[in-house]
Amino acid sequence: MTSATLAGLVGAALVGLGLYGLIANPQPLRKILAFNLMGSGIFLVFGIVARKGAAAGLQADPVPQAMVITGIVVAFAASALAVALVLRLFEDTGQATLNPDAWTKPPDGGAGAE
Amino acid sequence: MTAGASAIAATAGGSLLPLAILLPALGVLMSLLLGGRRAEWIALGLMPVEFAVAVAIACLVWRSGQPLVYTLAGYTPPLGIALRADGFSAVMLITAGLIAPAAALYARANFATPPETEKRAPLVFWTLLQGIQAALSLVFLGGDLFNLYVGLELLTFAAVPLVSLDGRPETVAAALRYLLFALFGSVFYLLGVALLYGAYGTLDIALLAPLVRPEPAVWLAAGLMTAGLLAKTALFPLHLWLPPAHANAPAAASAVLSGLVVKGSFFLVVRLWFDVLATLPGVIPGTILAALGSAAILSGSVLALRQARLKLLIAYSTVAQIGYLFLMFPLATGPWAADAFSGGIMQALSHAFAKAAMFLSAGLIAESLGHDRIAGLSGAARALPVTFLALGLGGLSLMGLPPSGGFAAKWLLMKASIEAGQWVWAVVMAAGGLLAGGYLYRVLAPALSGESPQLKKAPARSRESVALALALVALLLAFAPPSFFTFLQIGRPAAGVALQ
Amino acid sequence: MSVLQALDIGLAFLVFAVAAWTIFAPGAFAATVGYVVYGLLLSLVWIRLFAVDVALTEAAIGSGVTGVLLIGAAARLRAAETAGREKSLSGLSRLLVAVLCVLVALALAGVVLLLPDQGPSLAPQSMQHLPETGLGNPVTAVLIAYRAFDTMLEKVVLVLAVVGVWSLAADRYWGGAPGEARAQRPEPTLAFLAQILAPLGILVGIHVFWVGADAPGGAFQGGAILAAMWIIVMMARLTEAPQTKAFWLRLALVAGPVVFLAAGVAGAIFAGGFFAYPPGFAKPAILFIEAFMVLSIAVTLPMLVAGPPRREPRR
Repeated sequence: MTSATLAGLVGAALVGLGLYGLIANPQPLRKILAFNLMGSGIFLVFGIVARKGAAAGLQADPVPQAMVITGIVVAFAASALAVALVLRLFEDTGQATLNPDAWTKPPDGGAGAE
Repeated sequence: MTAGASAIAATAGGSLLPLAILLPALGVLMSLLLGGRRAEWIALGLMPVEFAVAVAIACLVWRSGQPLVYTLAGYTPPLGIALRADGFSAVMLITAGLIAPAAALYARANFATPPETEKRAPLVFWTLLQGIQAALSLVFLGGDLFNLYVGLELLTFAAVPLVSLDGRPETVAAALRYLLFALFGSVFYLLGVALLYGAYGTLDIALLAPLVRPEPAVWLAAGLMTAGLLAKTALFPLHLWLPPAHANAPAAASAVLSGLVVKGSFFLVVRLWFDVLATLPGVIPGTILAALGSAAILSGSVLALRQARLKLLIAYSTVAQIGYLFLMFPLATGPWAADAFSGGIMQALSHAFAKAAMFLSAGLIAESLGHDRIAGLSGAARALPVTFLALGLGGLSLMGLPPSGGFAAKWLLMKASIEAGQWVWAVVMAAGGLLAGGYLYRVLAPALSGESPQLKKAPARSRESVALALALVALLLAFAPPSFFTFLQIGRPAAGVALQ
Repeated sequence: MSVLQALDIGLAFLVFAVAAWTIFAPGAFAATVGYVVYGLLLSLVWIRLFAVDVALTEAAIGSGVTGVLLIGAAARLRAAETAGREKSLSGLSRLLVAVLCVLVALALAGVVLLLPDQGPSLAPQSMQHLPETGLGNPVTAVLIAYRAFDTMLEKVVLVLAVVGVWSLAADRYWGGAPGEARAQRPEPTLAFLAQILAPLGILVGIHVFWVGADAPGGAFQGGAILAAMWIIVMMARLTEAPQTKAFWLRLALVAGPVVFLAAGVAGAIFAGGFFAYPPGFAKPAILFIEAFMVLSIAVTLPMLVAGPPRREPRR
């Protein structure tokens, strides 16, 4: 088993782990962590694709590598925006929860002033 | 091979395509740099130019009968990136080019900047509105799957902060939930892109289409990318984020979010299945998508019936109307395919205009009455006639009553589904229309009777006119000539080419 | 089994174990620290995949700057955790979700195993066009030449992220500065670290950017190192974050994408196509664009970490 295949399998496992964390963990910060994990697993899948594309004297195809670099930067920006939202939520309400009961007004809510 | 070569060769007038993306992008950068009132001026000043570019692109596509193509940086795909405008792209560009300025004109009253200072909400609004325009242009014109991923991220980053713009905790939570769903969608889409590149070594849509075979990597990529895009389009069961997000955003933002932003990811689902994966046997995936769409129509409409607030009702109506869009997928091959395709696009267009009109009207109602409780709307139509006219005409299109774009869309889809023998979709559409009538009656009936309430402030005539104009466009779509439907077919692979 | 193979297997296990810790650890702070460790291990994996540019980016941005962001957030949210009114998923739902995730992972693993040893690749074409760009690093060529449009738009994404983060300030703080004010007596250890590390880091960052034209490195990696140095100096409270209304700050934020966009338009006028480079002039143009990109990245990343303005604007 080459190192590339091993990395690809680890990537697949990380995608599964990250997806579980994103869906199952109720705290928003843990969801953000899980999203980052998932993202890095997907980048590893790009990595194995790049390694399998070794040709023309290069050890790895440069195009997927460039895509991963772009993806890492975008994932960081997404994390920053998400963290800012979570912290603002915490500052305003003292809790950081997406619990829908706390935020969706009940269907017959009378206090629905705009 | 010649078809592939001509698909990637640049065409005359193709330079308009990067311009459609770069103009609003430049607007974003200049708005942040120069700040204050200049952000609003830059946004309003660039919008007519961007609309002109969209119209010019449509004219060139119509005149040549071929999609417009442009290769960037002088490198042809697969190494470089291409932009491509077919009939569907051009029509969506024009739609965005009309709705965004309408929302902008409406929003001038909400997001005015006093001279000499810079306020938070106006600067953020004008900058992000242009960001949405740049992102949508990229989504509609992109010919490379990774470039489209960047477009999806651009769209998400521009749309999410608009939801939390007024800073109330409910809106911040809604924005966070929207962001998490959208990020889930992005990473799933990206994973599919990785698999497709691994299989074929290119991400250019025109180059991929003839290479795609029904192998495991492709099926997994198709499933992942579709699931991701469905989360962004808020199709049942991934729709939970939409109602709180769209209902609590400022009215102009809701109009753009419901009217345009969700259509962006829907556009990519169509691109994926009709262009990239056209050779895959699409019956089962199409049926699954239509089944989810049917569930969306029924559940969204029933939930809309139970809402107490007008904006939430309109948001749940968006969930339902998005379901109609996916009824075109199982009808994609056969002699009825052109009708189904036209019906789906017409639904996207008429919903965009009608929903934007309804959200702008709801915004005016909320500002004039001080609330948007449906229970408190009795007699409001006497006090706000133009506003309720816009709301009602938009609702007409949603119900699918003639004459309206919504009627034309549903007529085409029903015709296609009955001809194809898949009459279950026609039944769902009929039920959806009835339910839509139900929730609109809930709003309009009390508004038209009873005593006219006291208005906190009268709405500006110009803002009412903007909402009314959008609703009228949704109606006028019913009178689209047959050449309009021919135009939509420009760039489609020959009908019925998919394997069955 | 050779040493390298043993290393690979050990690394794979370690990465998976730390990732599992990040997901299942009881406290958010512990999970976040685990994530930083995971990121550094991942950089080693990237080196084993012969993708050194990516390894640098993962270490600098994926693990480094993201780690600072998340650790800061976890520390501030500690109070929320103890007051947690979270509604956890029921046991049955968790099981269903776990089954779904395992299925996705297995399907992905299956496809990965089916990948042919020599897959389709754009490496030959990249190398073929490399001389025109004057560069020696094909990854940089992909980023700034062949797929320049992607990279330019990604810089616009970063600008939108800054606007989004700033939008979460209260109205009265708009235009003010994020973070805390400069300390009268900064904490000595942190201040010492900042004073020693920052000048060195700036040199290293500029070098990594400059050398990226021909060797692994580039604008993103170099810019991230410079950003990290500014973050350290701000964390040590030797300096305070700038006011968000400051014109120089906004100019620095947009300079990268604006120069890139202008170069793209200039390409349409002088080189026959948007984002094309005139032959023979490509490398100077690329370095010129990258220099402004480094400036923007070095300013954008710390602003994203610092968060929305929290102090009233002066003047």
